[in-house]
Amino acid sequence: MTPPLLSIDRLSKAYPGVVANDAVSLEVCDGEVHALLGENGAGKSTLVKMIYGLVKPDSGTMSLRGAPYAPADPNAARKAGVAMVFQHFSLFDAMSVAENVALGMGSPPRLRDLSARIRDVSYTYGLPLDPDRIVGDLSAGERQRVEIIRCLLQEPRLLIMDEPTSVLTPQEVEILFQTLRQLTAEGVAILYISHKLEEIRSLCDRATILRRGRNVATCAPRETSAREMAEMMVGASFAAPKHVARAPGPVALELTGLSMPAYSAFGTSLKDIRLAVRRGEILGIGGVAGSGQGELLAALAGETRSAAGAIRLNERAIGRLGPNRRRKMGLLTAPEQRLGHAAAPEMSLTENAFMTGAQREGLLSHGFVRWGAARDFARAIITRFDVRTPGPDVAAQSLSGGNLQKFVIGREVLQRPEVLVVNQPTWGVDAAAAAAIRQALLDLAANGTAILCISQDLDELMEISDRFGALNAGRLSEIRPAKGLGVEDIGLMMGGAHDLEAAAHA
Amino acid sequence: MLKLEARPQPSLLWTYVTPLLAVVITMLAGGALFAALGKDPVTAIGTIFWQPLFGEFAHYYRPQLLIKGAPLVLIAIGLSLGFRAGIWNIGAEGQYIMGALSGAGVALALYPTESVLVFPAMVLAGALGGWIWAMIPAVLKVRFGTNEILVSLMLVYVAEQLLAAMALGPMKNPEGRGFPGSRNLRDYDSAHNAELISGTGMHWGVVAATIAVILAYVMLTRHSLGYQIRLTGQAPRAARFAGVRPARLILVCLGTAGALAGLAGMFEVAGPSGQVTIDFNVGYGFTAIIVAFLGRLHPVGILAAGLLMALTYIGGEIAQSNLGLPAAAIQVFQGMLLFFLLAVDVLTHYRIRSAPREVA
Repeated sequence: MTPPLLSIDRLSKAYPGVVANDAVSLEVCDGEVHALLGENGAGKSTLVKMIYGLVKPDSGTMSLRGAPYAPADPNAARKAGVAMVFQHFSLFDAMSVAENVALGMGSPPRLRDLSARIRDVSYTYGLPLDPDRIVGDLSAGERQRVEIIRCLLQEPRLLIMDEPTSVLTPQEVEILFQTLRQLTAEGVAILYISHKLEEIRSLCDRATILRRGRNVATCAPRETSAREMAEMMVGASFAAPKHVARAPGPVALELTGLSMPAYSAFGTSLKDIRLAVRRGEILGIGGVAGSGQGELLAALAGETRSAAGAIRLNERAIGRLGPNRRRKMGLLTAPEQRLGHAAAPEMSLTENAFMTGAQREGLLSHGFVRWGAARDFARAIITRFDVRTPGPDVAAQSLSGGNLQKFVIGREVLQRPEVLVVNQPTWGVDAAAAAAIRQALLDLAANGTAILCISQDLDELMEISDRFGALNAGRLSEIRPAKGLGVEDIGLMMGGAHDLEAAAHA
Repeated sequence: MLKLEARPQPSLLWTYVTPLLAVVITMLAGGALFAALGKDPVTAIGTIFWQPLFGEFAHYYRPQLLIKGAPLVLIAIGLSLGFRAGIWNIGAEGQYIMGALSGAGVALALYPTESVLVFPAMVLAGALGGWIWAMIPAVLKVRFGTNEILVSLMLVYVAEQLLAAMALGPMKNPEGRGFPGSRNLRDYDSAHNAELISGTGMHWGVVAATIAVILAYVMLTRHSLGYQIRLTGQAPRAARFAGVRPARLILVCLGTAGALAGLAGMFEVAGPSGQVTIDFNVGYGFTAIIVAFLGRLHPVGILAAGLLMALTYIGGEIAQSNLGLPAAAIQVFQGMLLFFLLAVDVLTHYRIRSAPREVA
């Protein structure tokens, strides 16, 4: 029997206060798509960083084709045939595709030869890409292609992909999967990190499930239900959100032609956005990353001001008001980025609770902060939303992503908003916490709050939304009832495959 | 092999220990420097840190500690507010000069009227002078997005030229037999910032510095403005989300720093210095930057750091006259303090570990 391509034996890695990986073992065979599944903080990233030479294991061994493998750095890993596509791109906006690829190479060939190779590889694998285009002009999906092609040029034996589909429309996902299937047919092994269970079921041959740094199960995703896998990840069963039918009330939030110039040269400008959200209704806004979601949230939160009449809250023009005036009137928001935007990393949970709760929770008296009351508010959020933390005095950054997300959503929910706008409410959150957050949103809507939920997770939007629209390059599609929308419709609303069809390759 | 490992959150203990550690390392490195200059390091360090407090002439030096410490603390408190919010006022020296010129200007204009209102008017004028000088970089930054570091720094040199022009021109003492420099305000009772308790060095500037420390502490820990300042410094995007108006914060922080620096200048010109002279300013505005950071941008820390810096000033002068150490060596010594503080700061965010044995 030939040895597996990559074999990991009892790999462990501890960080101060946390064991990231505890004797994890797994095998990846040639031509296999192997899924790595787990909640946030389960140790997926640490594991692949060790494989890619970014982190050194404390103990345990790896072997590649039966030979000992201990890459000192990513360069050594690449030489051994291991490549990785990161979740966050490391591309320079102002440079061309070919220049970006050349930057990642030790001794790049001449730019013209490189361009030819890029064109060649990109068409072979059905990922058409013009090497002369400026990266700043590319869509998120196209940027990912740059990263993938950068890897493919090394002709890897093992390709590691970290949450690759979060920036893609369903059509683009299908193109990516075709490419991956073609690669595996050529014998390349793929280690695929994701928390989207349906995706894993359609793509992967085997799945290794990590929980708190240990591998708890290996399964064949095609023969396991998404729910079973989710429960293996969490280690417990949890309730799926309950959708209660409700009659929408009067319009609470209305956008009447909101336009906003781009924040930076490579940002997205909002173009004539019109929508209305009624009390007791959840309006879901989809779209691939970078379609103007962040800009829309900033405009609604009051971080950026617009024409007064472009945003109406209960029929009052609020476009020129700042964040705190809007909060007072009942419009609350929760941005996508937890650390640094929704919460200050080095500040305590009490201080973070004060951040948006000052007005509605009465935490200010004559300009002085009522810290006792703020601490009580923080405690209430922690209790009500099951935030796992030693107490309200710890720094926000010491919480895991999922726990902090529960805190920042809970902070707004507990303030009884009239209108709540959330962006990516369950991004990077484990399945149980995500279910809890969605349930909180549904409960809030049932009590008459109008909710605008911006998300890149289509399953989530279909689960909780009453109506659905999609952002595409700063424009909002037509808004349609969520019930009965098919994946094909949604994909088209999101902008299809951005005019890039899968190359018809022979 | 040693390696640095990020702490899950900044160590509170090390936040307080690092300034002390920096002082100790500065003593060691400074001692080596003095030894290289051919002086006995123990005597030199002892002269700088011991003589002013407990030496033979300590009764003369101790009041100096307050006289030199007060302006440093007053200026550093103002600077620390901006520094915490990421607003970099490097031009306190200029604001200090303008405060002194404004305060002295009021006194010289009213001379020789004796009234209890003269001194309060000078206080107001001093604060206003510094405030206006700081408003220039503030308004330019808010309106046109200029860099406050450059503008405030360059305005120091403008202020210095203005000081020279005043000392030689409009403010020159008409009875001074042609010597440059203004009338000595110590001879003008209503304007003199005299010692409140004789022989202690305690003057109105010391009172103002103490009040500033207390107010800054209360504001930073209890008031929403202090919260906004801290939030802006730590997470600017979160601050915008929380509804902090950056422009207002820039105006408030630079304005406060300018007013306090102006006050420091005014108290100095009306008391210890007494005169508007060409070389009136001695770098308090720049040294206060070191004081602010040495004190962790914390009001109480700044109080301690200001006194420590004053000590090295006085001790440095003694070392110069008694041991013949060059003035530059003393300045290097003071600079080392900030240098080492920034260096050991690493320990607040990282811990040192011996790397584990390589496995596999």
